[in-house]
Amino acid sequence: MACSATAKIIHNPLLLSSSRSAEKSDSCCKMLGPSSFLGSTSMSKKLVSVNKGASRVSRRSANVVAVSSDVVKEKKLKSSSAASSLLITKEEGLVLYEDMVLGRAFEDMCAQMYYRGKMFGFVHLYNGQEAVSTGFIKLLKKEDCVVSTYRDHVHALSKGVPAREVMSELFGKTTGCCRGQGGSMHMFSKEHNLLGGFAFIGEGIPVATGAAFTSKYKREVLKEDCDEVTLAFFGDGTCNNGQFFECLNMAALWKLPIVFVVENNLWAIGMSHLRATSDPQIWKKGPAFGMPGVHVDGMDVLKVREVANEAIARARRGEGPTLVECETYRFRGHSLADPDELRDPAEKAHYATRDPITALKKYILENNLASEAELKAIEKKIDEVVEDAVEFADESPVPARSQLLENVFADPRGFGIGPDGKYRCEDPKFTEGTAQV
Amino acid sequence: MLKILRQKAAAAPLLRTVVLSSRNYSASAKEMTVREALNSALDEEMSADHRVFLMGEEVGEYQGAYKVTQGLLQKYGPERVVDTPITEAGFTGIGVGAAYYGLRPVVEFMTFNFAMQAIDNIINSAAKTNYMSSGNISVPIVFRGPNGAAAGVGAQHSQCYAAWYGAIPGLKVLTPYSSEDAHGLLKAAIRDPDPVVFLENELLYGESFPVSEEVLDAGFSTPIGKAKIEKEGKDVSIVAFSKMVGFSLKAAEILAKDGIDAEVINLRSIRPLDRSMINASVRKTNRLVTVEEGFPQHGVGAEICALIVEDSFDYLDAPVERIAGADVPMPYAANLERMALPQVEDIVRATKRACYRSIPMSAST
Repeated sequence: MACSATAKIIHNPLLLSSSRSAEKSDSCCKMLGPSSFLGSTSMSKKLVSVNKGASRVSRRSANVVAVSSDVVKEKKLKSSSAASSLLITKEEGLVLYEDMVLGRAFEDMCAQMYYRGKMFGFVHLYNGQEAVSTGFIKLLKKEDCVVSTYRDHVHALSKGVPAREVMSELFGKTTGCCRGQGGSMHMFSKEHNLLGGFAFIGEGIPVATGAAFTSKYKREVLKEDCDEVTLAFFGDGTCNNGQFFECLNMAALWKLPIVFVVENNLWAIGMSHLRATSDPQIWKKGPAFGMPGVHVDGMDVLKVREVANEAIARARRGEGPTLVECETYRFRGHSLADPDELRDPAEKAHYATRDPITALKKYILENNLASEAELKAIEKKIDEVVEDAVEFADESPVPARSQLLENVFADPRGFGIGPDGKYRCEDPKFTEGTAQV
Repeated sequence: MLKILRQKAAAAPLLRTVVLSSRNYSASAKEMTVREALNSALDEEMSADHRVFLMGEEVGEYQGAYKVTQGLLQKYGPERVVDTPITEAGFTGIGVGAAYYGLRPVVEFMTFNFAMQAIDNIINSAAKTNYMSSGNISVPIVFRGPNGAAAGVGAQHSQCYAAWYGAIPGLKVLTPYSSEDAHGLLKAAIRDPDPVVFLENELLYGESFPVSEEVLDAGFSTPIGKAKIEKEGKDVSIVAFSKMVGFSLKAAEILAKDGIDAEVINLRSIRPLDRSMINASVRKTNRLVTVEEGFPQHGVGAEICALIVEDSFDYLDAPVERIAGADVPMPYAANLERMALPQVEDIVRATKRACYRSIPMSAST
């Protein structure tokens, strides 16, 4: 079981093209990738040994040797096992494909709408990173929470917020998921348990940790049957921020059911991760706080899904948090206002060849999970969904003037709740102004 | 509605009138310190609603840095009284996240000075969320702790944050003075569906005030957004909050000897501010003095003066007087600290100026 699982991963055709661009000097990272999540039970042990190895100067060669021997072993095993050891079923494959295509088509449409003036302000697009969102969020239940950053459109879509509502929110219309009051960076949905959408990096991490705290509290204090897990998504730049470390500490200390997902796309606006970080291997920061740190190829949705499954299952079982570093890349600039001049075109071209959607499509077709026609049908359907979303958003009304002052407080007049449990402003004697308090 | 006996009335000798119906509460109230009032409020709310939990530094095993949470760990256990590491930003954010997802946290800051490390979580993640999510996600959280100057604790431990938090739409900011205020307002804050910043005062923790039977009832809570007239008067309105209410009452006694009948208003709630009561009072007395401990520029007094000018300009018989702390970081030396904070004499002097009873002179003399 664990053995063949790892064998599948290594044998996955997507792996063969997995390597960071040449400019990244730390080459041990690429070989480290596959080994660091071999098997679920041995995860932490593997990482501890890898970690220790990494502290020596000659660490790279030491680890490469360790990994390649495993790889060779697994490969031999794989060739003798049956051919039906696929990672996903047809239905799952189509769900993943559809979700990623939705994310891509939606973001492309956002770019179009922005340049036409329908969308405004800050818009941060997710092109290229779809594997992370789909790989993780499609494994969640509705009650599980997702907390994201300003690059949250696709997280919202994967979690189940309808495309219409997200598009309307971006247009600033009253039919949006936050009635136009939040905008691109502040997607909230109580129904789908999307707890935001935060503009400050690192702001969402403590909030996610708090939601995980609530899950644990519900289980242990309120004695409810609750195994809800929270996912916190954030980027490489956030991993240098104090709040990140504070929350890693408390999540591990209290064994909270949370998965910290780092979408390491190597760039924080124009600041390269390598220029900003003393030790660029983010997964290593997990074991420093007592939780497993896993590194995974974030351009491969199947690998992400495999790791996500284990991390989420760990959290559900009550074993505590996991730090997952997903190597990924954003095809567009930081935001639509970013001219994206600092990134090397060669790097961009390299990652374009590793497009997660193309890779999944190849996998599905090669393994005969679905036909070309079925995939095309999905793409067509998504195009229609996105077009419909734009039309809906276009035709929706802007918020009414009265909406400006609404929702500042949950409490309609700000006088609080009376002894009878109802709002005081609903008590006629109170609002008459004759109360002596 | 509910009659709460004024402090002056409560000073009357012990009278037990058996004849009166149960609704008439006796004047011989129990005495309670502000610390006990806060403790009992937390206790009552935690037993009433199991979603309420405490979080902060030293709230559990240390029994509270100022002993406000004494005994609660023993009663409710470590899952509900959570001792945190020294990570304000982290644990405040955790509290906010827990409030997003259904619990009712009470986050204690050892002093509100330390809350500056977490101010992003208070303002951006807590205060603004109900608006940004258009009512989707409300944040029923309370941030409480001592605010303002203590005695000789230096510049980094003495700032008053009422004005800063009072500027933010989406926050409720409460500043209790007496034990009744502390007890009732904390209960109201915990029950409230919105984020509440509860600014206590360290020097008031040990002070005793009488509380009526009614306040001690577990269901009781004080309305938010309503000020209280501590002492009625007709010559000048003195508006204050927190510790300065006590100073204003003492100043009022001194002024009474000089024939000035001052009305002392205890704001209780900085946000929402009880504009109607302040205006009603000024329209009655025609003179206004505001007192606060914090820095003068952009302070609470500045806001009150502006709103009086907007609403009741024609009723003013004298320029508005604004008393605030000195425009310096708090010095350590005891005599300098005394000069940096408003004292009773300053309030008396300013009130006399407002009543044109003394020669106008600058505050530094």
